[in-house]
Amino acid sequence: MALSGLQIYKLLPQTNCKECGYPTCLAFAMKLAAKQAELANCPYVSEEAKEQLAAAAAPPVRLVAVEGKGHKVEVGNETVLFRHEKTFFHRPGLFVRVKDTTPVAEIKAAVSAAMGYAVEYVGMRLHFDGVAVEAASGDAATFKTAVAAVLEGTDRPLILMAADAGLLEAGLTAAEGTRPLLYAATKDNWEQVAALAKAKNVPLAVRAGSLDELAELTVKIKGLGVEDMVLDPGVRDAASTLVTLTQLRRQALKKTFRPLGFPIITFPGEGAADGLEETMLAAQHIAKYGGFIVLDRFSPASAYALLALRTNIYTNPQEPIKVQPGIYEINNPQPTSPLMVTTNFSITYFSVANEVDGSGLPGWLLVADAEGMSVLTAWAAGKFDAERIAKSVKSTGIESKIGHKKLIIPGHVSVLLGELEEALPGWEILVGPREAVDLPGFLKLWSA
Amino acid sequence: MTVELQVEKWAGSVLQVTLGATANEGGTRARTVTVGGETTLPFLHFEGQIPNPPRVAIEISAQYPGDWSPLLLKAWGDAVNDPAAWAQAAEKAGADLVLLQLNLTGDGGAPVTAADARAATRAVLQATGLPLLVFGPGQVDADNELLVAVAEEAVGERIVLGICEEKNYRTIVAAALAHGHLVNARTAMDVNLAKQLNILISDMGMPLDRILMDPTTAGLGYGIEYGYSVMERLRLAALQGDKMTQLPMLVTPGYEAWRQKECKVGEGVPASWGDWEERAVLWETITATALIESGADILVMRHPEAVRRVKAFIDRLMAK
Repeated sequence: MALSGLQIYKLLPQTNCKECGYPTCLAFAMKLAAKQAELANCPYVSEEAKEQLAAAAAPPVRLVAVEGKGHKVEVGNETVLFRHEKTFFHRPGLFVRVKDTTPVAEIKAAVSAAMGYAVEYVGMRLHFDGVAVEAASGDAATFKTAVAAVLEGTDRPLILMAADAGLLEAGLTAAEGTRPLLYAATKDNWEQVAALAKAKNVPLAVRAGSLDELAELTVKIKGLGVEDMVLDPGVRDAASTLVTLTQLRRQALKKTFRPLGFPIITFPGEGAADGLEETMLAAQHIAKYGGFIVLDRFSPASAYALLALRTNIYTNPQEPIKVQPGIYEINNPQPTSPLMVTTNFSITYFSVANEVDGSGLPGWLLVADAEGMSVLTAWAAGKFDAERIAKSVKSTGIESKIGHKKLIIPGHVSVLLGELEEALPGWEILVGPREAVDLPGFLKLWSA
Repeated sequence: MTVELQVEKWAGSVLQVTLGATANEGGTRARTVTVGGETTLPFLHFEGQIPNPPRVAIEISAQYPGDWSPLLLKAWGDAVNDPAAWAQAAEKAGADLVLLQLNLTGDGGAPVTAADARAATRAVLQATGLPLLVFGPGQVDADNELLVAVAEEAVGERIVLGICEEKNYRTIVAAALAHGHLVNARTAMDVNLAKQLNILISDMGMPLDRILMDPTTAGLGYGIEYGYSVMERLRLAALQGDKMTQLPMLVTPGYEAWRQKECKVGEGVPASWGDWEERAVLWETITATALIESGADILVMRHPEAVRRVKAFIDRLMAK
């Protein structure tokens, strides 16, 4: 946790020299605590105080990066327990595991399926983040072959999983030119594995059976000079992962307990009997504090669900995802084509635009500035009323593009009909369906 | 090294609400179902009590649900034509509760009458011993007419009448008060609106332990994060002692998931969406999973496989 103004004041010279631009050291300390001033503005602060202040300012959950040849994934640096308190910043990395005991051709097929997968969602192209390769064989040459095979199929980051430093080093050799996560240091191998992570400057996952042991290990490993760590508290089931991951996030945020201030790696497949159960556990880890989520099974349907959930949970609650207000032309509309209006909330816009597009029917979509809210929410908040809709009709110049004066409004705001007829004299207001999915059927009946 | 666990001391707790009444209590239910009572956040057993698990209500329709996805119609088979048979199938599928949804119109477009609503309620009460929830079509006049009749028909059964909204709650609450029932109070994804409606309803004399609150949710991919965060804020407020937020939460992941294209249709969608049936069941299941993590006490669901999966997951989360 950041230091309070008074705690910072104790570290300052307390001479009130005013050279920082503030009348007293206390005033300066208060500004520092509020992150409205820079420590560098104090010419007399001691080196020791600088170090202490820098340490206190370090993020409570360390930011850890892994890199492939073409992609970088950063996790950690979270500052809240609940997304409404601010936002969650770094989406958990979704990885798919392959084992080196699997024939190379099958490994390549699995990598191609999972890494080649992408899905369009509200104008974004969503995909998984990388591959975890496990040295299940226990043989260095076999592991190297598997890592090389995976890297032929993807330029995304890897997680190298093995029981000892020798195997991990073999994997690192095969993955040269990338920055993988090593998994894992344990109470039995930590000295060798940590030395390897330090020498190669790669992040290191640390696994232990209890939080006490986990904290002991990270302190020892930090002592060897490894800063980038990831935690595996060893739990796998739904109840124990929820409790333990919550506790880890609290330790980091509420107590600034540095030994546990790292992102967390989870293996939902190890706590699940089949794909659907694994997906449910992974969903829990997305909502509640997973950093790297390593899946054992891949299917497009489950990938889509998890990627959508991750996008939703990690959307900044203070900044709804919006599209630009204005006129959107779909399927090459003519002056006789229908005119529909909706809001500029991304999910709303894409639901409507996709339906019209998919129907094959031409249409003009007028997107009103509703401050990024959905139709009902915007209406309730007074951001999608007759006045705003009329304004966007007039300001966008749509009247010069169409040869009729008919406007289709969402069924959810049918109550606006009367007011809109007043606000737009000469226009005919038509009430469309409530849900976007019913638009194609509605548009088939359209005539100008 | 000993890590000192970070344990929150919460000042408040969620009220316990009991649905249904057995013969001893003036009804005919085989058992009652109690929800709520949490003294901590969802499933954090080390910190407080979770006396009752989240419960699943299976939604059945009093009239043939012509607008439902073919996947749902297939899953329930012939039962969709007969609310009594459907209620029995729901019980068999593991429902803790049955939610009977009344529509505006029935076969051939004829308006559903109070007599129809009574008959469907009676048939379902006779077909299953589970506690019942009955929701109106969502249109003010129809809701008031049908739910008053339902409340009379089910007198003493402690059913839940819904949906009370700010624009229409008085008649429904009065009917629930007169006949010993509970109500479901729905608001649009806003903590203060939820509190306000709870206050309005309790001001009519309805005890708080006969109100469920429905903060409105959205399906996965369609704004689920809004409802999710409002639920987390309501639950945190409840635990911090804010009385008007201490009601158990009812949410409708079945309706929210199945009205989206991902569930509803199997053709004309991107190949990256994967297998239709797998995706549809997943969509409802994952929507429900996210909502139990944010504090849901009653999940209203539709597909029997999604129900089975979510119930099994709740069992795992309840294991200490």
